[in-house]
Amino acid sequence: MADNGINKGRRRFLVGATSVVGAVGAVGVAVPFVASWQPSARARAAGAPVQADISRLEPGQRMTVEWRGRPIWIINRTPEMIERTEALNADSLADPDSEVPQQPVYVTSELRSIRPEIGVLIGICTHLGCSPLFRPEPDAEGVGVDNWPGGFFCPCHGSRFDLAGRVFSNVPAPTNLEVPPYRFENDDIIVVGEDEETA
Amino acid sequence: MANPNKAKAESGIMRWVDDRFPATQMMQDHLTKYYAPKNFNFFYLFGVLAMLALVNQILTGVWLTMSYNPSAEGAFDSIEYIMRDVEWGWLIRYMHTTGASAFFVVIYMHMFRGLLYGSYKAPRELVWIFGMTIYLALMAEAFMGYLLPWGQMSYWGAQVIISLFSAIPAIGPDLAQWVRGDFLITGITLNRFFALHVVALPIVILALVVLHIIALHEVGSNNPDGIDIKQKKDETGKPLDGIAFHPYYTVKDLVGIAIFLFVFCVVVFYFPEGGGYFIEKPNFEPANPLKTPDHIAPVWYFTPFYAILRAITFSVFGLDAKFLGVIFMGGAIAVLFVLPWLDRSPVRSMRYKGWISKTMLLLFAISFVILGILGVLPSTEGRTLLAQVCTVVYFAYFVLMPFYTRLEKTKPLPERVTG
Repeated sequence: MADNGINKGRRRFLVGATSVVGAVGAVGVAVPFVASWQPSARARAAGAPVQADISRLEPGQRMTVEWRGRPIWIINRTPEMIERTEALNADSLADPDSEVPQQPVYVTSELRSIRPEIGVLIGICTHLGCSPLFRPEPDAEGVGVDNWPGGFFCPCHGSRFDLAGRVFSNVPAPTNLEVPPYRFENDDIIVVGEDEETA
Repeated sequence: MANPNKAKAESGIMRWVDDRFPATQMMQDHLTKYYAPKNFNFFYLFGVLAMLALVNQILTGVWLTMSYNPSAEGAFDSIEYIMRDVEWGWLIRYMHTTGASAFFVVIYMHMFRGLLYGSYKAPRELVWIFGMTIYLALMAEAFMGYLLPWGQMSYWGAQVIISLFSAIPAIGPDLAQWVRGDFLITGITLNRFFALHVVALPIVILALVVLHIIALHEVGSNNPDGIDIKQKKDETGKPLDGIAFHPYYTVKDLVGIAIFLFVFCVVVFYFPEGGGYFIEKPNFEPANPLKTPDHIAPVWYFTPFYAILRAITFSVFGLDAKFLGVIFMGGAIAVLFVLPWLDRSPVRSMRYKGWISKTMLLLFAISFVILGILGVLPSTEGRTLLAQVCTVVYFAYFVLMPFYTRLEKTKPLPERVTG
């Protein structure tokens, strides 16, 4: 005991201990406030992954499901379609190897899919958000070019995409169509909105 | 508690107050016996004008809140309701939208004054840092406020800026989602931005303004000569080159305020949309998550930084261009915080610095303006190159500052303030 009966060591210890406990409390109180910014249960439900049954999707056909307010196209590409898409001259495409991150990392760079025949794309033109038309047949009318290999044509401003959703050069759309995260539940069921790894 | 040295009124009601609250003492400390250098010029008006702009934003903002509906369904309509049906609503809203741009005009001039006369240098580092924090909070305030009308540019501007978070490796996408509170920008985002814009950030900004002014009044105002007026005092301790803030500068500032209000009113009444720069044209269309506007550009006061973001089109050290852009954009603001320690010049004011400092400040100001213009325009190859050059100049001003301010020859300082 010194300094008029003040025990400095004990006072320092008590101040320190109180500060530490107080800091822990402050962190604890911060948790609900920070966590409160996470998507709410309602938002999570509205944005939940959707399942699509592709067992009756014939080769050459397309089906559309909705996920998070956007149309999701699922196309079943025939071997001829795949062949035509792979045979495309890289110079005619703006981003033939999908270098712009418009797709999950686990899809291939050319066909931009997990299984070569099944393509999954977000059906929103990367130009101004119109929904392009499905024109799978070669040399279709009204797409504005000769030697059309089949793909998607945006009627708003004439952007063109191949059957893998890759954008052609010299059209208004800057990037390939987006590929949403998806995985195969089994041979027939696709889950859109969930990554492959997290399955 | 009673401090016998505190200034008090002789008698009457002020004496009664002074015995309970240091009113007279505060009045003297901050107004009647706060001695400001007598050589203030035009540039020294902008601090007061910034306060005026803040008061305008708070007053009009409170009134707008009375008729605004912060929901995705009602926000856009409630703005139109304010514009068409609420008595004088159009004026209050235009005062708020024009006020935001005026605030940034004034703040940029205020900051340029700081660069010009070395107002950030010792002992005013904290004045500068509090000021920079106000600027940062103000940018957040403006960004969040811009979402509230829920127009197309509100929506897509926020989309672009929030998606910048997702460029951060590893935590990016989760962070962006945490900010949005949803998988895309929705009414949830709108609601939280409203709360932050109307409640949280104004409180922060007001508190910072108080800190900024307390720190300033502790060390005293700088002046265009950058010399310390406290070195030369008369026998009563009043600086020879100082004059009382009130009445001398309050009256002088009134003239500046009148001129400012004249220009402000011309814009509010005749050009409230500022030619599409204060209120961008796509914002007259309700937000539509399925339709991206032709060209997304932030409001003019963010464009220099947006141009820096877009100028980074290459990847280095395995960091992709988008993330590097975010780093450079953040760095462009962050570097201003350490400015007091970058300037090694023995003098404060540009009047006595050497030609390199003068040239660098000029180039910096020019590049900042060019970046601001480029940020509004769609990018082309040539413009990107120009933006890259300007980005280099912008950073060179700061990065090279420790060298050129030390090496260059400065002019001798005067004994007393000039002109």
